[in-house]
Amino acid sequence: MGKRTALLGVLTALALILSYVESLIPIPLPIPGIKLGLANIVSIAALYRLGVKEGFAISFIRILLSGLLFGNLFSIVYSLSGGVLSYLTAFLLYRTQQFSVAGVSMGAAVAHNLGQLIVASLVLENAGVFYYGPPLMVAGLVTGLVTGLILMEVLKRLRKEEAL
Amino acid sequence: MEGLKRNDYLLAAAILLAALLLFLLLSFGMAPGARIRIQVDGEEYGVYSLAEEQKIQIGDGNTVQIQNGAARMEWANCPDQLCLHQREISRSGETIVCLPNRIIITVLGGEESSLDGIAG
Repeated sequence: MGKRTALLGVLTALALILSYVESLIPIPLPIPGIKLGLANIVSIAALYRLGVKEGFAISFIRILLSGLLFGNLFSIVYSLSGGVLSYLTAFLLYRTQQFSVAGVSMGAAVAHNLGQLIVASLVLENAGVFYYGPPLMVAGLVTGLVTGLILMEVLKRLRKEEAL
Repeated sequence: MEGLKRNDYLLAAAILLAALLLFLLLSFGMAPGARIRIQVDGEEYGVYSLAEEQKIQIGDGNTVQIQNGAARMEWANCPDQLCLHQREISRSGETIVCLPNRIIITVLGGEESSLDGIAG
């Protein structure tokens, strides 16, 4: 039990560092909200190797902490809506067993971007932000594929018994 | 290595198709606009003609510039500066969003003004 708690703490810290690192990487596109989603590597790896609750906990706590450390209440709301929708999508795609982790990751990334877009349209009371929908969906596909390919390598090296 | 499955490609294709449909849907009826509406915090701040070259100060956080029939954010005090890099807008329905200051600039179509004229 204690070992598992410690492991979750270490993984959450790793996810937190990844989300900080990616905030330092500038993305030269004129569209707000595009991120690599490196922290998702940790949550989805945890979903596969530790369990549904564990992956969700890492994702949730990571978003809360990075919001408190580097953002504000608004950025927490945005990130949480994207994060929760993203994790839910990853879980559902994983559950069907019809997709590889790359497909799961792509679906999660696109869901993340759409979730933020929906909250943005609610907060701003304006549907105009949906003009960013198509580019954000394509961006989600690309970033999701990149993190998905990384996840394939990570999962290959991280057997279930080794993770615990 | 297991690699990508056939369903992964199908999922990617479905998402691309959805993005394309949304794009076509949004582009359809994108007529050249006549005016821009500036909203702060969901409330209307003002409507300005795109035909007039002008600079609009929004509070003390942002400056919008209208030039050659298009509007762009010229200056903003927010930390991310994303709105400055958004492309200039001139067609009906296009927007510039400044999330930190909760500002939305939307291009309004030309038809609405004639309707307003009739209603007025």
